[in-house]
Amino acid sequence: MRTIGQALAVARKDLAVELRTKESFNAAGAFAISILLLFSFAFDPSPEMLHQIAGGLLWLVFAFAGALIFNRGFARELPNECLDALLASPLSSGSLLLGKAIANFTMLIALEVVSLVVFGIFYNVAWTFRAGELAIVFLLATWGIAIVGAAFGAMTVNLRLRELMLPVIIYPLLIPLLIAAIELTDVVLYSKQITPDQLLWGRILLAFDIVFTALAVALAETILVN
Amino acid sequence: MPEAIELEQLWKFYGDYPAVRDLTLGIKEGSCCALLGRNGAGKTTLLRILAGLSPYQRGAVRVFGNSPRSAEARHRLGFLGHGIGVYEDLSARENLLFFARICELKNPQAVTGRWLERVGLARVAAMPVRQFSRGMRQRLALARTFLNSPRVLLLDEPFTSLDDRAIAMLSELLADSSREGATILLSTHQLREALAIATDVALVENGRLRYAGTRTPEMLDDPALLYRLHTELGAA
Repeated sequence: MRTIGQALAVARKDLAVELRTKESFNAAGAFAISILLLFSFAFDPSPEMLHQIAGGLLWLVFAFAGALIFNRGFARELPNECLDALLASPLSSGSLLLGKAIANFTMLIALEVVSLVVFGIFYNVAWTFRAGELAIVFLLATWGIAIVGAAFGAMTVNLRLRELMLPVIIYPLLIPLLIAAIELTDVVLYSKQITPDQLLWGRILLAFDIVFTALAVALAETILVN
Repeated sequence: MPEAIELEQLWKFYGDYPAVRDLTLGIKEGSCCALLGRNGAGKTTLLRILAGLSPYQRGAVRVFGNSPRSAEARHRLGFLGHGIGVYEDLSARENLLFFARICELKNPQAVTGRWLERVGLARVAAMPVRQFSRGMRQRLALARTFLNSPRVLLLDEPFTSLDDRAIAMLSELLADSSREGATILLSTHQLREALAIATDVALVENGRLRYAGTRTPEMLDDPALLYRLHTELGAA
């Protein structure tokens, strides 16, 4: 409970700073919307083509836009040596990492909602009729991206080329999660019913979230201090 | 008095360069130790090791018998480094409230209000820190450091860039903490201010401990005496 309370305090602080500055959200939002609009105008995809690419398009946009959010997560702690103040405080490293992941998750979910609205309008896809199932897929996949982004954001925070290094490191790790999210999003958007076989992708998402959350919390001290 | 801080045969390397060399030092609970030395002597490195921010290669470091990274040690520690450790985009109140929450203080609102009053920032509590003057930032940083009534205070050059009012405030805060039994280790170049409040002195040069002992009245009369007697540069 202590860990969760401290993590929520960190997330609340990060979201308060972001609400004031909007430095990550504006950049990530502009990027996501630009890609969706450019793709729509450049390829003018037919409904058949959309069946094949909708999930892929959405999750690639979220993953790339997410990197812009994750890069700021720990970089925000560098001015005035705030990271040192946090690490020397009673805040546990696990709570700090979890707090950053919760803030990443909240910002990414907000970005996904905005992107989905744009996607629905410009690609003429009615996604609201299965909003509940879509929400479950998005929540599971987004948490996986957020926790990996927070852990590797911490690892690269002191690198001079962190904006470049973070995506290079996290995308290969996110491949299983992104494949599962893409498959499930396509299924939810275009299939009438989810078959037990297709549910396997959901289990992969859940397993990914559990494994990477446990690893991130267990290794937080090593990542942040050493 | 038992020792609150113990350093035993400590070695710290930056690459091949030994920044701390075979350093052994004990600081008694309730004492105020001035950590002196010229630039590059290893004072900041020592304080960062004690705050659990910098790993070391050989030796042992204990804060109240625990590793500096242990939860027990960090609950008793207050650290003020070169940076002020507060967020520019948050107000003074939001900053202190955040640190009160992560320190898990009871009634964080009340504690925050009390400290804002104490450091004279109550009237500008809602203003973002980016609009603060340098002196106001320093006072907020002091409030952040003392917020959880730490039993061990590690202060790196705390008098630097403070105006007269802030120096008086810091001296008062340190005196109060000392009276309440806190152990203080502060590095500084401001010898007079530091020696006036210190009960003990440690002098480092090139990562080695050159002198450790009680602060004597002679040191107050002639603050440079230590350097002349105990450093190679002073002897030369």
